[in-house]
Amino acid sequence: MYTHTSDLLVIGAGLAGERVAVESALAGFNVVCLSIVPARRSHSSAAQGGMQAAIGNCAMGEGDNPDVHFMDTVKGSDWGCDQEVARMFADTAPIEMRRLAHWGVPWNRVVPGKSTYFKGGEKFEKFEKPEKEGLITARSFGGTAKWRTCYTSDGTGHAVMCTMDNKCAELGISVLDRKEAISLIHDGEKCMGAVVRCLRTGKLEVYLAKATAICTGGYGRLYTATTNAVICDGAGNAIAQETGVVPIGNPEAIQFHPTGIVPTDILVTEGCRGDGGTLLDVNEERFMHIYEPEKAELASRDVVARRMTEHMRAGHGVKSAYGEHLWLDIRHLGDKHISTKLREVDEICKNFLGVDARTQLIPVRPTQHYTMSGIRTDKTGAAYGLKGLYSAGESACWDMHGFNRLGGNSLAETVVAGGIIGKCIVEYLQGTETTYSTAVVNAEVRRQQRRIDDLIAGRLGKENVYKVRAEMQEALMTGCFVFRNEKDLLTCIETLQGIYERSGRIGLVSNGLGANHEVAAALKLRGQVRLALGIAAGALARKESRGSHNREDFPARDDKNWLNRTLAYWPENADMPMLKYEDATPHFEIPPGDRGYGGGTIIQADPETIAAKTIKR
Amino acid sequence: MGRTLKFEIFRYNPEESASQPRMQTFTLDETENMTLFIALNRLREEQDPGLIFDFCCRAGICGSCGMVVNGRPRLACQTKTKDLPETITLLPLPVFKLIGDLSVDTGVWFREMYQATESWIHTTKEFDHTKEEERMDNAVAEQIYELERCVECGCCIAACGTARMRDDFLGAAALNRVARFVVDPRDQRTDKEYFEIIGNDYGIFGCMGLLACEDICPKNLPLQNQLGFLRRKMGITAIKKFLGK
Repeated sequence: MYTHTSDLLVIGAGLAGERVAVESALAGFNVVCLSIVPARRSHSSAAQGGMQAAIGNCAMGEGDNPDVHFMDTVKGSDWGCDQEVARMFADTAPIEMRRLAHWGVPWNRVVPGKSTYFKGGEKFEKFEKPEKEGLITARSFGGTAKWRTCYTSDGTGHAVMCTMDNKCAELGISVLDRKEAISLIHDGEKCMGAVVRCLRTGKLEVYLAKATAICTGGYGRLYTATTNAVICDGAGNAIAQETGVVPIGNPEAIQFHPTGIVPTDILVTEGCRGDGGTLLDVNEERFMHIYEPEKAELASRDVVARRMTEHMRAGHGVKSAYGEHLWLDIRHLGDKHISTKLREVDEICKNFLGVDARTQLIPVRPTQHYTMSGIRTDKTGAAYGLKGLYSAGESACWDMHGFNRLGGNSLAETVVAGGIIGKCIVEYLQGTETTYSTAVVNAEVRRQQRRIDDLIAGRLGKENVYKVRAEMQEALMTGCFVFRNEKDLLTCIETLQGIYERSGRIGLVSNGLGANHEVAAALKLRGQVRLALGIAAGALARKESRGSHNREDFPARDDKNWLNRTLAYWPENADMPMLKYEDATPHFEIPPGDRGYGGGTIIQADPETIAAKTIKR
Repeated sequence: MGRTLKFEIFRYNPEESASQPRMQTFTLDETENMTLFIALNRLREEQDPGLIFDFCCRAGICGSCGMVVNGRPRLACQTKTKDLPETITLLPLPVFKLIGDLSVDTGVWFREMYQATESWIHTTKEFDHTKEEERMDNAVAEQIYELERCVECGCCIAACGTARMRDDFLGAAALNRVARFVVDPRDQRTDKEYFEIIGNDYGIFGCMGLLACEDICPKNLPLQNQLGFLRRKMGITAIKKFLGK
């Protein structure tokens, strides 16, 4: 058995994973990063729009500061976030953007003088100050009071990913691709590393480490319609939950993006609306301003996705062979803007739709986009339940996003949280020595090898992995999408329970040898169904509407009973997740209030309880 | 619409002792807006789950799915079947090590390239978190980003005459990488230092100027310009070296 030992094992080499790795390497620790794809192909690289940080260099960002960013983030989360964490994030973000500039990110910079911009289809003028020339500039994104989103054209994720991976190369960090962690090695108290399947040969390997960080991104691929890359399948979350002692935080908190293209669900960036694009209905008329007079197309994602769904339900959708959709209109932004600032959007429209966005409308509809949910960690990034296990980025529920995250906050979280948690891991490593139990390691390797052997030999049953997986994705689409209600959720759970049982009876069609995809899919399916059941069970239990979680039968936000975070455990041999709850935040800097968009009523929390937890800064 | 597509796909699994390199034929009914991403996944899920290929973002931004489609290296995910004839021949990218069927090892190749070109900012300056960022002209930032758009799909390497003949040729992707740092004012490397990396036959002087890289690049990177730019720059550096300057 190939066995590798290091101080830190990072599972996932996207932005969060590599940022964590860099911090440990800078402190002199030995780090290995594993990724199922070459690092730069990680889904981080697909984020087009930008990173929110209150730098306030550009004219429309004037007067911005971390307090305003913090407030936007808390409001965006619908008061579901941990305010201590959101504060750390907002305070650190500007420094991190500057650090990235030092490391090589080609951020767009302030160009002094007069320029025009669009808002809600109308043209406005702004004036950039000469004294700010050449400093990092920002663009507008939904749900923010200021222009705060730092960007490089519309390939921000890609550009930052290149810089981060370059940094890893410079520091000599070992970044290995085509390695998939299929289980954690642990004794119920301490994490010792992972059993890894090599995606070149199909063989198992062991990676032991004093600390392990899971940075595997979100799990959009639990849904049929998602903007996520095919690798965002929840495997990292699943191996953490499978330990039985590590919970998934707020499983029901899943974000739907307003503008996935129809039919391929590829995302077109929020930057389209930020830059002045509008949403049109079947009559090619704007409608967002009717629902949201103040923010219109620039309300937060959950609100826009909900309003779009409402508008289509009211009969204003465009009918197509792939179901109903609406239109995104960026024609008025003009050729120059579209071919430079929105070039990726331009390419996506041409390559996947055959649409020229200068003259034609883009078909869009709400699509699964982001998992606020994830491995529950404390503010240092340490996972609940297992010593030496960490998580950062979208795979984690750290939890700065609560029930809805703002555009530009997730990409920023990868590097900001990666830096903060990376430092905490360094402190942990500096104070820790460990021992590895060969009995635990060997037992886990044997268990995993037996799973593979059983699959190949067809000893478990004859269920087709792709069929069962598709049924799981369909069940969530039908019962647990933008709008949720008790009846559909009960049906969804019942369906998923049947699917869970069948997921234990997968038989391969192929021989399973080498870089076989069917084996990989089969190994992770059971864990995926557990995550899916967590989403549905969490959604059923939460009898309120908050952020992206919308219960038609409980439309109010209920601060009295539900100002809390769901923790979904999966005890050994259970067939349903065990749900526990904890307070959403250790304290309030901003007591629960109205977001100022999205409508809806609020059931007030007990004022004394809130007052007792409110602090002043 | 209504076509039945015939796929001729290269098959070989090095991890399977009985496997022999061969072509295999599959048929599939074409659907509206079908891409090779949709087609290959359907073939794997409906006909042969042993089929090995790579996709990730399926949106033309990650570079995972480079393959030779009817003789031309390209990204499969952004190739629409309606732009292709009824018979579609798929081969893995040459030059790179084969993992199986249509999947090749671009990951290791590119990591070696990062080391060979020292693909990072070389600076003696330390980051000071108390200071505002160093200023940069926006046009320069955009110029850097223009070259940073490479997705490392490997198509330019697979299409390169020199890379096909000599294993040690850096190729357009690597030379473009060097150009990216040359135009970046934060990188303190001198022309002489760049010359050490690319001023030779496995670098810029190995390029025969066939420029398939320029024709093939799925991101339309200005590779021809960059190769010309570096060749002039390194040529001048060579003369200066010769003159002892």
